Amino acid sequence: MPLTQNFSVPTDFDLCLVREQANKMRVDIVKMLTAAGSGHPGGSLSAADIVSVLYFGGVMSYDPADLKAPWRDRFILSKGHAAPVQYAALALAGIIDEEELLTIRQLGSRLQGHPDASKCPGIEVSTGSLGQGLSIACGLAQALKLSGQMGADGRTPPKIYLLMGDGELQEGQNWEAALYAAHYGLDNVVAIVDRNYLQIDGDTEEVMALGDVAAKFGAFGWDVATLDGHDEQEIYDVLTRPRYSSKPLMIDAVTTKGKGVSFMEDVAGWHGVAPSQEQCDTACQELAAEMRSFADALDVELDADSETDGLAELATGGDVRG
Amino acid sequence: MFVAKAKATRAAYGETLLELIAEGHDIVAVEADLAGSTTTGKVGEVYPERFFNAGIAEANMVGVAAGHALAGQTAFTGSFAVFGTGRVYDQIRNTVCYNMLDVKIAPTHSGVTVGADGGSHQMLEDIALMRVLPHMRVLVPADYTAAKAAVRYAATNPGPFYVRLGRAEVPAVYGPDGITGVDAPDVTKAFVVREGADVTIAACGIEVAEAIKAAEMLEAEGIDAEIIDVMCIKPLDVETIVRSVSKTGRMVTAEEHSVLGGMGSAVSEVLSEVLPTPTRRVGVADQFGTSGTPDELIKHFSLDAASIAAAAKELL
Repeated sequence: MPLTQNFSVPTDFDLCLVREQANKMRVDIVKMLTAAGSGHPGGSLSAADIVSVLYFGGVMSYDPADLKAPWRDRFILSKGHAAPVQYAALALAGIIDEEELLTIRQLGSRLQGHPDASKCPGIEVSTGSLGQGLSIACGLAQALKLSGQMGADGRTPPKIYLLMGDGELQEGQNWEAALYAAHYGLDNVVAIVDRNYLQIDGDTEEVMALGDVAAKFGAFGWDVATLDGHDEQEIYDVLTRPRYSSKPLMIDAVTTKGKGVSFMEDVAGWHGVAPSQEQCDTACQELAAEMRSFADALDVELDADSETDGLAELATGGDVRG
Repeated sequence: MFVAKAKATRAAYGETLLELIAEGHDIVAVEADLAGSTTTGKVGEVYPERFFNAGIAEANMVGVAAGHALAGQTAFTGSFAVFGTGRVYDQIRNTVCYNMLDVKIAPTHSGVTVGADGGSHQMLEDIALMRVLPHMRVLVPADYTAAKAAVRYAATNPGPFYVRLGRAEVPAVYGPDGITGVDAPDVTKAFVVREGADVTIAACGIEVAEAIKAAEMLEAEGIDAEIIDVMCIKPLDVETIVRSVSKTGRMVTAEEHSVLGGMGSAVSEVLSEVLPTPTRRVGVADQFGTSGTPDELIKHFSLDAASIAAAAKELL
């Protein structure tokens, strides 16, 4: 099989922006779920930094004003219960209004409990039943490759960025799809596993041990990388480094479930429980403090509203195509 | 007796896909290691970039087809009906139907006429499973010609379809050799194969040919049966069915499927609300299949013409 070279879209990576967006997404997640009275905070919070790098780090090419642009990279949330993290990103990207975030899970809302592509703009495909995203990503990646469609760089096919849960890897269909992606050399598939080690019933290694997921994907013929799923710089570096391989790429992103909210961190019980208003306030205070300390460390000035108003102010707008 | 040239409905599958691709339709076939049996392999022989074998992995087969559909292609899936519907029910529900994708579920080897492979491979619940899914349309062609029309219709109309295909050779009902003389049946309608006044026999799939034989048996006894080929089970052509029973006042349904949840159930659901009608449902009685030859099994499970005729006489 010929080697293909994948170039990412070169853009300036703004660590400060990506951090700030991740922080705002976390605040939004907590507020959304508090308003809804139900939902999945743990796995939404653990994925915020990954999603922020994809959407705001110049990794994923897309145009908020032209969501169906054929050259766009596609994001698929295989762990559909983490919908709040994607809705928060869509709001920050200006694709949906931030006021709409608080309608999540309500009758008539476009923001369904799990992403519904027929209702919400910016969702590529409806998900929610675990273990099916990777197969969809394979078919989509394959069709785009074979059609000759080029991505934003004009040289390589659009990429499919898939965010998967680690517990979700217990679904056997993933391993069927893992074989498929390697067999057909689907090098435009990037599967990121949010490895937070927790699922509803407890520790993944106690419920059904997953072990070294990177090694498993590697044995299935994938390129793999293990990284800190809360280190935006590292996520960016790994996702954008030149690749000289015809293999699909799997990122084992080690995270903390509930990241950023002290009382939710590493607690399986926060998988699918909404915070109370009091807990929400505490969480927002913690997140604001974290943002302040990050800003202080970098000696940058914060968006004045971001400390007081949890719902994000900043909308990047415009075309983030590189 | 009715004798017509026999051909399996599955024979229409790969062949029709090839025709459609040659006409310019952007179609792919995704298979699960049964390319020879389902005939989707024919696509790969001519268009390797349009045929993908997922190996023995039906769930992934459906998901991959969904991905191709997301990219704007029309994707057909293969495998046998038992694995291509029941085994992947959730994939069809949550990925294909929930997203209203152009994925056409068209497995072969439905029903007891799979034959010697036995009950594990004889799918008798697929119509029930597929017809309850929102956005799904269900076509059960009676013969090779109808199967060609069904595959073509599914390919050229948006959204999810289930096309039920079989392994056994069935007599021609349509086409140049068919008893009806109709070349290309409208697969969205119920087709009145034979007009009659005493009893309506609504049949689908291989049971249409059995129903035609049953009508001949009934005719010999002075009973005038009307036969309707209900090839589109969802959406159901209520008008044709109601028009028929408002004339005959009696309904026999016949399908190579469980009597629970299939075409007979669909017809009964409608008639119970619109025009309550004395009805008998011919089908497999809430049980699994068993090994045997197709002919033996059709008799064993009382799906043969004599059983249909007997059911009709019960109503008279």
